[in-house]
This record gives sequence, structure tokens and C-alpha cells, in this order.
Amino acid sequence: MKLSTNLFGKSYRFRDLKAVMAKANEEKSGDQLAGIAAEDAKERVAAKLVLSEITLGDLRDHPLIPPEDDEVSRVIEEAVNERVFAEIRHWTVGELREYLLRQETGGEQLRRIGRGLTSEMVAAVAKLMSNLDLIQAAAKAEVVTACNGTLGHRGVLAGRAQPNHPSDSIQGVKASLFEALSYGIGDAVIGVNPVIDSGDSVRSLLEATKDVMTKWEIPTQNCVLAHVKTQMRAIRGGAPADLIFQSLAGTEKGNDAFGINVELLDEANELIHRQGTGAGPNLWYFETGQGSELSSEAHHGVDQLTLEARCYGLARRYRPFMINTVVGFIGPEYLYDSRQVIRAGLEDHFMGKLHGLPMGVDVCYTNHMKADQNDMDNLAVLLTAAGVNFLIGVAMADDCMLNYQSTSYHDIATLRETLGRRPAPEFEKWLVRMGLMENGKLTPLAGDPSLFM
Amino acid sequence: MQSSKLALEQLVDRVMAELEKRIAPRAADQDAAGAAGTGEFGGKAAEGNANGGAVGEKASTADVSGAGGDKAAAGGANDDSAEAAESEADGGSFGVRASHVPHPKWEEGLTELLASTPARIGVWRAGTRPLTRELLKFRYDHAAAVDSIYGTVSQPLLDRFGLFTVETCYGNTENYLKRPDQGRIITEEGAALIRATCKRKPQVQIVVSDGLSANAVSANLEDVYMSLIDSLRVQGLAAGTPFFVRGGRVAVMDHIGELLEPEALVLLIGERPGLVSSKSLSAYMCYRPRLGTVESSRTVLSNIHEGGTPPVEAGAHIGTIVRAMLEQRTSGVHLDI
Repeated sequence: MKLSTNLFGKSYRFRDLKAVMAKANEEKSGDQLAGIAAEDAKERVAAKLVLSEITLGDLRDHPLIPPEDDEVSRVIEEAVNERVFAEIRHWTVGELREYLLRQETGGEQLRRIGRGLTSEMVAAVAKLMSNLDLIQAAAKAEVVTACNGTLGHRGVLAGRAQPNHPSDSIQGVKASLFEALSYGIGDAVIGVNPVIDSGDSVRSLLEATKDVMTKWEIPTQNCVLAHVKTQMRAIRGGAPADLIFQSLAGTEKGNDAFGINVELLDEANELIHRQGTGAGPNLWYFETGQGSELSSEAHHGVDQLTLEARCYGLARRYRPFMINTVVGFIGPEYLYDSRQVIRAGLEDHFMGKLHGLPMGVDVCYTNHMKADQNDMDNLAVLLTAAGVNFLIGVAMADDCMLNYQSTSYHDIATLRETLGRRPAPEFEKWLVRMGLMENGKLTPLAGDPSLFM
Repeated sequence: MQSSKLALEQLVDRVMAELEKRIAPRAADQDAAGAAGTGEFGGKAAEGNANGGAVGEKASTADVSGAGGDKAAAGGANDDSAEAAESEADGGSFGVRASHVPHPKWEEGLTELLASTPARIGVWRAGTRPLTRELLKFRYDHAAAVDSIYGTVSQPLLDRFGLFTVETCYGNTENYLKRPDQGRIITEEGAALIRATCKRKPQVQIVVSDGLSANAVSANLEDVYMSLIDSLRVQGLAAGTPFFVRGGRVAVMDHIGELLEPEALVLLIGERPGLVSSKSLSAYMCYRPRLGTVESSRTVLSNIHEGGTPPVEAGAHIGTIVRAMLEQRTSGVHLDI
């Protein structure tokens, strides 16, 4: 494995594969904070060049975090389809990029090749790709999943209704949910982030959302995004959950900080299959986001893009219904400005899709980040072009509980109309039945939440 | 038919809601009146009932739970906790929050929906886009939030409470945002000044920092600080020499702990601003903070602002918590309060 190159009349020599992977990244404040980023643009391109000539076999033979030390590494390693891998192990990362972009490589080829890749290989190729590369390659993948409704068909842009309330008021949650439904949002999931992480609170939110779904016969799924243990308590107590949720990190230590491990996820997986209310077969909702491992000092000196890819490697084990990267939530010390957030959103979406995952994105920012709503407009358009499965819908993009800004009900409706996307098919039929949509366009009734009272 | 079934259900719901309104006290009506009024600050009153006491719950659970990409846990995680439900009092020219839906199916119902949440609902649309005023209101709130990050605490305010100023190694605001680690270390000059000026080994050390919102300090310091001093006196606790840290992060407590070895430290620090409140202050408290203290050892009272925990109340409450910390010789998740 060659770890050096000559560029600009200078010899660049990298310490190890970890250093090459980190320095080949586009600029991210999180890699700088970890002290592993490229010194300058010249070193960055040198690292990309070195990485482009490393073979997939080399990547597999030199694990960044050894499977003996980390269960996420083991999950990733065990999932590799050896037959596919054997065919491509001699490819360089540069050749993998070109294969993905070739016109003959369609969705099926993408799905097959993805099964032969480790998360590190997926991350490596993302580092060599331009933003438009990431969009084009991801757009080839069609990842369809099913719970009560289906997600991911070509031409569909779904939206999560995120009707959060600062004190978990059931009435307040319903109010925001009615607004969402009236704009045609909620086909991905009705997903509430609770303030109070208790079994009772989760149960009452699950029941309230389920009531609305039952009363109006809405073909969607509900979920309350508490800690998985809390949801398990609620489900064992009889709470109606279609999906079970958890945030993931890309290392065992990072997951330890989240209070989870593979054993617990396996247990939750069994529970939701046995006692969940969703039709399935896909019953998980995961969230991820670049930087969480560094914030819990569980990064092993590995860059945040690679760690994010490893989250997808872990998620793949559970065949989720939906997964999204909360791309700009964690703060400017990991993604500093709109440029970094936009890049990360495209990278994460691409990497998720290459893992065969039903990838959505929470296009978002916090108020201490150098970004504003216009930047989110831009990223949302780019992701829709890339075929993102779903975006997050928050009333006027302002989440009054989590205190950050995402995309709005208006935004998702606008993206659908401007870029010719439709809601999930069952959900669109329901919208038509409710008189809220005709021929893929909102009707004059849309936007009135009192319709659902 | 679906529609007749819906109509019947709507009718039943309306009758039920009407009954509830007649039985219940006048609270809902007050909300409706607030929303219908035209006063400049009416919007705030209309939202007053929306956020119950549960914000305190979050402070005691999520805020000390450490960082993470988990939205559920990170909403108030360590350095920059924030949650709020109230509009800024100076909503000013944007006036009262009211529905803009032109012909709602159920007018009163819509008013009830608006009163039940601070979320921006009933906002209506131009095509699929927001109305102009709503769009600008959003930008106004974002501008206020950003302003509080890049703002500064005024010197006269600090002088009034005799707070001298030290800086962390943050350098400038941009670097502060990128390098939380540097906001945890006081500069050498600052450390020398602290050593020269402050009482060593105080029972309670009070420190104030701008953190992520200078406006939070400007808006709340006076009330919190005065009531905290009162509360400590009532509890029979002795405070050391207070000071202000420019560019501080929560864990700067540990460095100060090393310098002064207090029994307990109270850090009043500006939170990460949200759109609905950019003036929210947190009080982080720790028993014997020292380098290496883990996040779960800090006790936090967050959401201190006019629309959350009122600052005067917060000051008194902090005194009670500090006393419990000193009695139990612990803080954070181990503290029994």
C-alpha cells in the first residue's frame, strides 16, 4: 500500500491509512478540532491522490478500527458479500468511483456492488467525489422500504411530520401535526421528539399519534424518538409503536455514550417485530450525524466522514424503514458553515444509499452556525435532485422544542411541485380522498389545520 | 362515504369542544382574546399557556446527559443547552401571533390550535410558499438569535456587580464556535488575575459567562444575581469573589476549580439561542469541580428567561440546590433533590 506521492515539487508522505482517509476529506471543522485534517488544499489533494490508488483489498486488510476492538467493525466485516468483494478487491478507490458513475451502472448494479463494500470503502470513494458526483451516483439508487406505507419509489419525496412541543403537550403536538397533514406532510412518519424521556410520556405520545392515524385512516407510521430503552418499556406496556427509533454512532465506544450496543439493538429488533403495530417488514427508524463520535471522545482518531459511514454499516443490519442524517444539528465545531453542511448532507445521503439504505436527510442548522434558511433551501433542492427518500417537516422550519431550524411543510410541498416529486403513493391517494391534493398539487383546502379537528 | 363519516365526527368533536369550553374556566377564552387583540405585546400573552412547567423536567434530565448526535438527548447537551417556548417580548412590529388561514373549516378550533403551541402554525401560504410577513418574522427571529451570539455584555452591567473580566483562550467568536476546547481554558493573564484577586477556597464561587448568548446575560443577570446572593445569605453560605469570563464554555468550571478550589461553583452562562428565545440563561453547578470532572457531575438549571424559569425564582432555586450539593457532598446525577 503506497502512502506517499510527489506533488507541487514536494514529497507528501502519510503516517498511515487513517491519516490518508482524514486528510482526503473536504474541509470540516470537526476534523480540524480532532487535529487530523489536511494542513492546506495541497496536502488535501495529495491525500486524495494517494487514496485514489489504494485498492479495496488494501482497505479491507488494514482496518481503521480493528474488529477485535470494536463491535461496529465486526458488524460491518460480517456483512460483506464475499463473492462480490472477490470480484472487486483489486479495484482502486479511483476505479470504484468511475464504476459508480458509468452510464452502464444502474440502480441494480449499485445495489449489488454495495453489498461487497465495507463502510470504509464507501467513505473512501465519497472522499474522491465532487458534489455533483455524489448527486448523480445517489440518484441511481432506488431503495424502497415498507411499513404501513412505502417509501423510496423513484419520483417520490416523502416528509416526516415532526410536530414537537416544548412540554410534550398532546394538544400542542396534534396542532402541529394537523398543520403538517394539511400540507401533505407525514407520509414518511409521524415522529415526535419527546422532552420527557419516560415510558409513560412515550406511551401517551404514541397513543395520541395513533389515534389521529386511526380516526382519519392515514396510511403512515408513528414513532416517538426517545431512547430505545424507554420505547421498549412503553411497547412492553402496550404502547402502539409502528417503528422503533435510535440514534447511532459509528464506534462501539460512541454507542456506549448513547447507552446502546448491538445486543440491546438486537433485543429491540425482536421486540418491535413481535409487539410493534407496523405492518413491516421494515420497522426501524435511525438517525445519525457527522461528529457525534468526536463529541463523546470515541473517534479513535478516525475522521468524521468515515465514522458516519460506519453508522450506516451498523444500521444495515436492521433493515430500517428509514434513516436520516441530522446533518447540521450538532454544531459549528463539527460542520462550521453552510458549505460544510451542504457537502456533508450530500456525502451522507450518497453513502447511505450505497449501503442500500432508505436515506433521508434532516437539512438543518443551529443558530450558532454560519448558515441560514437560504442555505437549507439550496441543500434541499440538491438532495431532491439526488433522490433523497424523505426530508423533515417542521412548522415554518422552526422546531420550538429542539431549538434548531430544519425544512418546513411549505418547503417539502414546494420541492414536490417544483421538481415534479410526489408523496408516497398510498399517502397521496389518501390526500386525494381528503380533498387536499389533485394531480400532485395541493388544493385550495390545503394549509388549514382545523380540517382535522 | 368517507366524507359523511368525517362530517359526523367533526360535528361530535365540535359539540364536545364547545361543552368543554363552557365547563372549563375562562383560560381558553383569554387566549382567544389575546390572539384577537392588536396590542404590540399581545402575542406573548396569547402564548403564555402553551408551555407548562415541563421545561424544568428537561433541565434535570437531558441537559447533563452529555453530547451526541442524538437529537433527543442533544437538545440541551452540555455547552449549549436551550429550550424555550416563548416569543421575545420585543416581537415589536410583527405584532400578535394570529391565524392567517382565510376560510378555515373551524375558526374557533383554529384559535385553540394556535393557543396550544408556540410552533408557527396557521400561517397560510402564497402558492406553496409562506406569506411575506411570516417569512420576514422568521428572518427577524433568526437575526435576533445570531445577534445574541455575536453580541457583547456591556461593561456598565458588569461594573454594577463588581465583576472583573478574564478571557478564555477563545481568541475570537469564530474560533470560539470552532474550538470549544479553547473556551474551557482561562488565559495565563486571566489565571494570574484570578489568583491575585479572588478569595481562595471559597464555599461558593460565582462565575458569569457570555457563552453562546451575551443577550441572555444582559437580560437576566441582574435579577438572577441579586436573588442568588440573597438566597446564599439566607442559606448561610459564603460566596467568594465573583468575576466574568469572556468566551467561556461550561467546562471552564474545571479550570477555575483548579485555580480557586471552591467547595461549589455556580456558572451563569448564556445558552445556545433558539428562534423563540435568544435570551435564555443556564446555571451550571458543580461540587468541587476540577480538571477531569465528567458532564454527568454537573447540575443544571436551564431555560432561565422571562418566558421560562423566571430569573428571580431561578436565583433562589440555585441557592437551594447549592446547599443540597454542599450537604450531600456531590452534584449532578448523584445529587438527590
